[in-house]
Amino acid sequence: MRPPARWLHALALAGALVVAACAERGEQPVQLRFWLMGREAEVVSQLLPEFERRNPGVRVAIQQLPWTAAHEKLLTAFAGDALPDLCQLGNTWVPELAELGALEPLDARAGSSREIREDDYFAGIWDTNRIDGVLRGIPWYVDTRIIYYRKDILAQAGFDHPPRSWDEWAREMRAVKEHVGPERYAILFPLNEFEPLLALSLQGDNALLADGGRAGDFHDPAFTRALAFYVEAFRNGWAPAMSNTQISNVWTEFGRGFFTFYVSGPWNIAEFRKRLPPERQGDWMTAPLPGPHGPGASNAGGSSLVVIAKSRHKDAAWKLVEYLSEPAVQERFHALTGDLPPRRSTWALKSLASDPHARAFRDQLERVRPTPAVPEWERIVNEMQLVAEQVVRGAIPIGEAPAELDRRVDAMLEKRRWMLGRKPS
Amino acid sequence: MTTRIAAWSFAAPALIVIGGFFLLPVAVAFALSFTDFDLYALASLENLRFVGLRNYLELLQAPLFWQALGNTLYFVVLGVPLSIGLSLGAALLLNSPLARAQAFFRTALFAPVVTTLVAVAIVWRYLFHTRYGWVNQGLAALGIDPIDWLGDPHWSMPTIILLAVWKNFGYNMVILLAALQAIPRELYESARIDGAGRRQEFVHVTLPSLGPVLSLVSILTMAGYFQLFAEPYVMTEGGPLRSTFSVLYFMFDQGFKWWNLGVASAIAFLLFALVLAASEGLLRFARSRGIA
Repeated sequence: MRPPARWLHALALAGALVVAACAERGEQPVQLRFWLMGREAEVVSQLLPEFERRNPGVRVAIQQLPWTAAHEKLLTAFAGDALPDLCQLGNTWVPELAELGALEPLDARAGSSREIREDDYFAGIWDTNRIDGVLRGIPWYVDTRIIYYRKDILAQAGFDHPPRSWDEWAREMRAVKEHVGPERYAILFPLNEFEPLLALSLQGDNALLADGGRAGDFHDPAFTRALAFYVEAFRNGWAPAMSNTQISNVWTEFGRGFFTFYVSGPWNIAEFRKRLPPERQGDWMTAPLPGPHGPGASNAGGSSLVVIAKSRHKDAAWKLVEYLSEPAVQERFHALTGDLPPRRSTWALKSLASDPHARAFRDQLERVRPTPAVPEWERIVNEMQLVAEQVVRGAIPIGEAPAELDRRVDAMLEKRRWMLGRKPS
Repeated sequence: MTTRIAAWSFAAPALIVIGGFFLLPVAVAFALSFTDFDLYALASLENLRFVGLRNYLELLQAPLFWQALGNTLYFVVLGVPLSIGLSLGAALLLNSPLARAQAFFRTALFAPVVTTLVAVAIVWRYLFHTRYGWVNQGLAALGIDPIDWLGDPHWSMPTIILLAVWKNFGYNMVILLAALQAIPRELYESARIDGAGRRQEFVHVTLPSLGPVLSLVSILTMAGYFQLFAEPYVMTEGGPLRSTFSVLYFMFDQGFKWWNLGVASAIAFLLFALVLAASEGLLRFARSRGIA
């Protein structure tokens, strides 16, 4: 499929502008309250003047929430009826806010939108916004995990390409460990980060939760296989049993070759470019995550744009969502933040298509899988990591871990089972 | 009668504030601890269930709660005496007539109290870094193998205790220093006339005079140390293997991370009962020794 030409976009925008101008004429200026988190909040103000120029009746007021406090802030704002008109939302939080009834359903708007077309979005990431069949958000940027690796060390260990299957990955890790010796390692799996193990667990058709999110499904072979692979890396000394609070600076350590493989997300492209010395810049590369027998899946994280159900300016809020979803705007947004766009047509633009480090992400995005859309998910995945840490440190035998995890997760889901049992769905 | 009305109206502003911002929230939290208030209940109160004592019973059966309690007690039992001992030692040194540049050292030793814990934690994480930390480099100079201070479940809590003691001892030191300076000189003079040595002076004059202040400082420090949270939160996130996970951390996780306010309230009241019992015990001990 050829991406639509730029002038077509321009024409569509001009059309939208005329419509918008007609709709807004003679009305009171609308003040849109827009909540954003972290770095995105800092740069989005540079994208807004164009939106306000096209929509003279609309003014956007931005409020920045720090990521660490955002979750509490959103829930207290919901309790206090103080949510904004639209909001950036981490997509694992969408089910939670949807459960609260805080999010406007977007199916009708997305269905009739000229800008937002579902088939242009990566399927895995679009699906994270569909809660019980209802569309609650529009993907804004994608976060998934891939491999960062040191080309030079891998070459010294005798391999000229990144791993394409778990067997190959294990062989490469063994060779790298033999090459670097006892003081350095083949891979870094920080023990307090659940994302690497989660990404490894998404390689089958398993859902991680069974029975419509009523019970844990961690005894599924796809998970036990992932856990075995993860734990083996520690048992063989390929990975250090460390949490990321113990690594003072992952970028420096990567530059020093403390580890050769690192499973991480898109923001690290910019960080490694900025933080590694110039002579190291040719030595690192990214690669899609391998699966047990070939190209693997990874998690579909990232942020969505949501419209708040109680907003009095939903039409204007939707216009802003559409504007921020335009490929040209997303391209600028990518240049400012490094965040990866969720649309194939944005990826076809030159600045993204020609970026060698981003290529692995483009490939991986075709194979991202959403995690279960239940409000308890964040807690469940934290528990998964705690059990994994106990296995790695020898506190729980690996054979007992899946049953133990299922038991803990079932206890967390008790309330949800009760709720689902009450209302016939 | 009018004096009674006048008295109540004078007390009313304070009582209203205390009632509205302390007693009422405490009562609500207590009621909450008998429900399963959570995210779903936030969405609609129809999803709220009265569960009686279930939160409490489940907590008392949860291995994680006992682990958190064990860690907290470990921290209190080791941390409080260390902290007060260090405060007292520093106060005695500062109070000594031989001390030079007293004002400078008083300020320097008090400085950790007023520094930001988050900033301190970053420095400490470097100091205790397994490979680059000065602590391990110092040990290496003495021929001792490096210790994985923050990554080994056996060493993580001692490291947290060191941080907490260093961070907090200055506060008690200032209080004890003031108490030391308030001891009348005459007591020491008469003790010396009676032929008391340095050690006897300390045991029979200094310690008894410090008694009430020491017991106050102990109770306050203990109550504070039971509420261990910020140090592991910024240093280790409760890890490794939950070895630095405290009762208050458990409450924070349940309440503010997972929004299980029913369970979190139950933890709060269990912790309250524990601190109350421990303070009462300490107070009785002090009274039996006649120093409070």
